Amino acid sequence: MKIIVCVKQVPSRDAILRINETSSWIQDRDIAYDVNEPDSYAVEEALKIKEKFGGEVVICSLGPERVQVAIKEGLAKGADRGIHICDPALDNLDALAQARAMAEVIGKEGFDLVFTGLQSDDYGFAQTGVILGELLGVPSATIAMAVEVQDGEKSVRVKRELEAGWFQWYQMPLPASISIQSGLNQPRYATLKGIMNAKKKEIRKVTLSDLSISKDLLVPKQKIERVYFPVKSKKTEIIDGSAKEAAAKLVTKLKQMRAL
Amino acid sequence: MTSVATKRMVQGGEFLITDANPNSIFTRDDLEEIQYQIASAIKEFFEKEVIPRAEEVESLNADTIRELMRKAGDVGVLGLEVPTAMGGYGQKKSTALLVGESHTKQSSFSGCIAVHTSVGMIPIVYFGTEAQRRQYLTKLLSGEWIAAYCLTEPHCGSDAMAIRTTATLSEDGKHYIINGSKMWITNAGFANLFNVAAKVDGKKFTMFIVEADTPGITLGAEEKKMGLTGSSTRPVFFDNVKVPIENILGEIGKGHHIAFNALNMGRMNIGSSSYAQLKRSISISVKYAKLRKAFGKTIADFGLIKHKLAEMAIKAYAVESMAFRTAGLIDDQLQSLDPDSSDYLARSMEVLREYAIESSIMKVYGSEAQGYGVDEALQIFGGNGYSKEYPAERDYRDARPSRIFEGTNEINRMLIVDMLIKRAMSGTLPIVSTGEQIIKDVYDTGPLPQIDPDQKDSSPFSKEKTLISNMKKASIMLLWQAAQKWMIALAEEQEVVAAISDCIMETYAAESTYLRTLKHIETKGEESSTYHITMMQVFLNDAVMRLEITARKTLAVIAEGAELGASLKSLQRLLQWQPINTVAARRQIADKIIDRESYPFD
Repeated sequence: MKIIVCVKQVPSRDAILRINETSSWIQDRDIAYDVNEPDSYAVEEALKIKEKFGGEVVICSLGPERVQVAIKEGLAKGADRGIHICDPALDNLDALAQARAMAEVIGKEGFDLVFTGLQSDDYGFAQTGVILGELLGVPSATIAMAVEVQDGEKSVRVKRELEAGWFQWYQMPLPASISIQSGLNQPRYATLKGIMNAKKKEIRKVTLSDLSISKDLLVPKQKIERVYFPVKSKKTEIIDGSAKEAAAKLVTKLKQMRAL
Repeated sequence: MTSVATKRMVQGGEFLITDANPNSIFTRDDLEEIQYQIASAIKEFFEKEVIPRAEEVESLNADTIRELMRKAGDVGVLGLEVPTAMGGYGQKKSTALLVGESHTKQSSFSGCIAVHTSVGMIPIVYFGTEAQRRQYLTKLLSGEWIAAYCLTEPHCGSDAMAIRTTATLSEDGKHYIINGSKMWITNAGFANLFNVAAKVDGKKFTMFIVEADTPGITLGAEEKKMGLTGSSTRPVFFDNVKVPIENILGEIGKGHHIAFNALNMGRMNIGSSSYAQLKRSISISVKYAKLRKAFGKTIADFGLIKHKLAEMAIKAYAVESMAFRTAGLIDDQLQSLDPDSSDYLARSMEVLREYAIESSIMKVYGSEAQGYGVDEALQIFGGNGYSKEYPAERDYRDARPSRIFEGTNEINRMLIVDMLIKRAMSGTLPIVSTGEQIIKDVYDTGPLPQIDPDQKDSSPFSKEKTLISNMKKASIMLLWQAAQKWMIALAEEQEVVAAISDCIMETYAAESTYLRTLKHIETKGEESSTYHITMMQVFLNDAVMRLEITARKTLAVIAEGAELGASLKSLQRLLQWQPINTVAARRQIADKIIDRESYPFD
């Protein structure tokens, strides 16, 4: 089994966020970065499958120099090698454009499974995984809570999370693309031994010039207009009348607000 | 005084007589990516495994602690500094400092690891035989076994050489029979192995490896301690305990070398954990200060709260600067050794011994700065700080023993001066000639560098540079005059010795802080160094004042009349310094802390 896991580096959970001068995104200086949470689960799931069926786990990340840390973390946990798609022209693009770059690299690599996290903790679009599957021309499943490789490694059975506590089991042939939900396993942490071993593992760098994507295809189709902090507001309303009347009025109001 | 232009081996204690160059010291900014990677993995281990089980640890659940130690072994933290040839990871001291930063949230378990890896494992790593390492080190590295160290006895703590535990050779010559009582033994409750100090024939100080299940060993009750409640601390009694002669550590009669070297290592570790604790104190108290309101605003808006936050950061900056500088000195020397050479271990020990003065400074200065931090954090929490519901209370209790163990701060203050004098007398450090020259210069109003009132030296921070050079001179002047007056009886004048130590420590802290700041400016530019510069300037401003007060008081003990007058005048000449506006500077630092909700950078 050859599994490619796409990981993204996102501002760390306890980073103090500030909006940048043009209100287009957050200020990225003075921020610590971590591996996107669902991506850590994706790495773990890939490593578990490799432990069972053998093969190779490749960590792929797109972003500036700093994302090497995220790749190395995967290598230290047991992944075999890394691919770093690194080009300033690819930063700050939308999910479609970034997925195009990744699809080209991953397509050339060849794979049995591509894992992404369900969504990123920063933008939260939940698009890259499905677009990637589409561009690669393979079946996709999203919000995976379990992944079972079957039929002599020819197909995969995926437990998808639906709403209100419902799940769906879905079977599809390999190769396939799956976006992983947090919580489906217990991600391991890197050990010193793993970190030392990772020093010898390859991280291949890919720039835009290595790809045959026309510039037109990298024009974002989607753009963030403005980033702002939600305004905190508090409003108190006293409902008059007897307890019975007030309760009835309250129920009406809650229904109007769709709280009931 | 000479200037160090290129990197070379720096002697222990040399900082007092040589002005170092910013590029010659190691700073936190010099850490490499892999060091961060290691620290981050161990931090994750702590956050995922240890912190969620903090209550079990604090209630001294031995099964939990054993399980966590095995997991710590799996991650590799127990073998961090053990040479790779012995199954460890051979990491640098500077990596160990960084790793230590992830330990602050669970001091009891960190204490268990610290004792296990330092005084527990170091003696076996550096002084053990091949067979001893094979038998014990593997189990200690994996966390399958936990080690403890038995030195202190009911009647003797600081005066370790006065132990009464005996080891007598059995009639068949195959065993030593150990008898005695040990107190304050950390990890005792779950230890599998004790490194025990005893006197062979009642005279020869010797260390033994003793397995905990050897018949004749009994444990006393857990001490009812003020803090570190998740750390097992019990008396250990040895009643005719038979230990095979193969379990002698090192040589008979030379056990004190092992004991003291292990302590040196421990001192350095306390110093390093203290700046991390200061940063934690900042984080918890600034978050609280931003939420707590009084008189219509948050208490973080008040000047006196800002003062505390800023001062914690300044102290953390200074201690961290010293810690990485000292770690760099040790790493430089260790890197120059050939790990395959037969005397590698002996020479590694020499390196640690070489920087024993700096290690003692780290221990005293670090633990007292940490003491300030936990105290002020509790104060910021106000009444809530006194409640167990808030974290400041436990931190306060847990930090207190740092000033007591690994040699009390009083003992270490004596040691700093004692070791410097020994180095001066043996000619290792030219303190005597430097002292004579300084006295001559100071009294003859000779070519003494003074703070340049006309700013002829236009290089940035030249005033600070001269001031630090003169702080060294003032410290040596004190040391020289005290040594002249009391000669070998100086050790009896403990108040004077401690005061001289205080001046030396302020000097090391000031220079380390200054050099680190300059190196940061050189590599990252002045614009990115705003807070580094401000913290350095406030620290230096206050350090020189503290030094001056201590020196003036001490000179009045050493001399009187006209001689005292002349000395005071010389001191004044050396320490001319126009104070800066520390209120504005501290508010600036505090505002950054409030904005980031943590130490101003990292």
